[in-house]
Amino acid sequence: MTERLVIDDSSTPKLPRHAKLRFDKPRDKWIILAPERVFELDEIAYEVVSLCDGERSLVDVVDVLATKFDQAPREAIHTDVTAMLQGLADKGFIVS
Amino acid sequence: MTDVIEQTEAKGGGNPNKLVPYAVLAELTHRCPLQCPYCSNPVELERVKGEIATKDWIRVMDEAVDMGVLHIHFSGGEPTVRQDLEELVAHASKIGLYSNLITSAVLLSKERIQKLADAGLDHVQISFQDSTPELSDFVSGYKNGLEKKKQAARWVREVDLPLTVNAVMHRQNLHHLEDMIQMAVDLDAERIEVAQVQYYAWALRNRAAFLPTREQLDEAVRIVEEARERLKGVLAFDFVVPDYYAQRPKSCMGGWGRQFINITPSGKVLPCHAAESIEDLDFDTVGNKSLGWIWENSEAFNKFRGTDWMPEPCQSCDRKEIDWGGCRCQAFALVGNAAATDPACALSPDRHVLDEPLQEAMTEAPEFVYRRYGN
Repeated sequence: MTERLVIDDSSTPKLPRHAKLRFDKPRDKWIILAPERVFELDEIAYEVVSLCDGERSLVDVVDVLATKFDQAPREAIHTDVTAMLQGLADKGFIVS
Repeated sequence: MTDVIEQTEAKGGGNPNKLVPYAVLAELTHRCPLQCPYCSNPVELERVKGEIATKDWIRVMDEAVDMGVLHIHFSGGEPTVRQDLEELVAHASKIGLYSNLITSAVLLSKERIQKLADAGLDHVQISFQDSTPELSDFVSGYKNGLEKKKQAARWVREVDLPLTVNAVMHRQNLHHLEDMIQMAVDLDAERIEVAQVQYYAWALRNRAAFLPTREQLDEAVRIVEEARERLKGVLAFDFVVPDYYAQRPKSCMGGWGRQFINITPSGKVLPCHAAESIEDLDFDTVGNKSLGWIWENSEAFNKFRGTDWMPEPCQSCDRKEIDWGGCRCQAFALVGNAAATDPACALSPDRHVLDEPLQEAMTEAPEFVYRRYGN
């Protein structure tokens, strides 16, 4: 039986096999496709999810984002990304 | 079944005037070895000789992708009786449609599941009638189905396909709800749909045998809420409640002609699987028109699209673009007028039509009328 995934610094988040990230032209948006669910991503969520390849740890993901968005404090990015990924994990869109 | 659209931002984006469908439910056949008396297929089941060919489904899938459809649900009847299922799944996979097999699973062999996985199937949903063999046989009118379903579910997980357990619940099996949830966990399902029977077609004929009491429903809500919290991140829940007890109607299909397309075995294109129950609606078929033309122009899709058709109290209601007036098929079935407010809404002037069925729920359940040709 699977246990609940708790996202922490050492997690290596990725999409589960049954969820697919793709760009949807008619809607002009990035989406995650999952069983009977469509999750439409805003730009920030896409930036985060596209880095979740199962190799990078949460810390690595935050590092990449902190470099890219250097006007935002790293600590704030860390908090936001952790919360976003935990929310997605609880819905089954992120595994580690 | 419901497609849930979740967003990380406020609704909107794209062209607000152009509706883009999300999902196609492909009823490949109405043939089925089970005889569940709550079947969502129409009481007039379509025959095998009218079923459209492999090449027709392939063309329809190509058109669907061009329109922006994301999900295809292969359903029935029992879709695995179609021998071209692997070919259809492979095509869906090739063109980027997310494919879901909605099955009773009693005909699935380990080899067939492997073939479907190899063809690129994304997800399997297996219906369960109960957690005990006795009640399972009784509801489905099919012998020894439960063990076959469980075995098929294990094979699905062996090839690493994600699994949804569709637990169909009603007054005769709600006392097994906790066991059904545990069964889903034991089968390593990702997701459970606690799907209370919806009263259309066969289920409407058998309503008095299925509609739970208020007490049963309250207990089910308590069990699901507790389990949802306890199993967070382990098992995802979708919970469909019978709207006869609701204050506000469900947003049926996310609004008529807004997200969803149903295609019958003979290629008729419907805004929902029950739409043929509404008299005087004309449906186009994929044999004469393209899916895109039908979505935009057909009379059936445009009749209740948007809000212009709505009567009061819907028209001045601040929820009119939330629940879209509820369900047209239910309004027709219970009020005799598909353009009436869904009587599941407490504001409906016809709300009293629910009194009789709700009273019946407190009396002894009648015998089933099983789903079969000629019944």
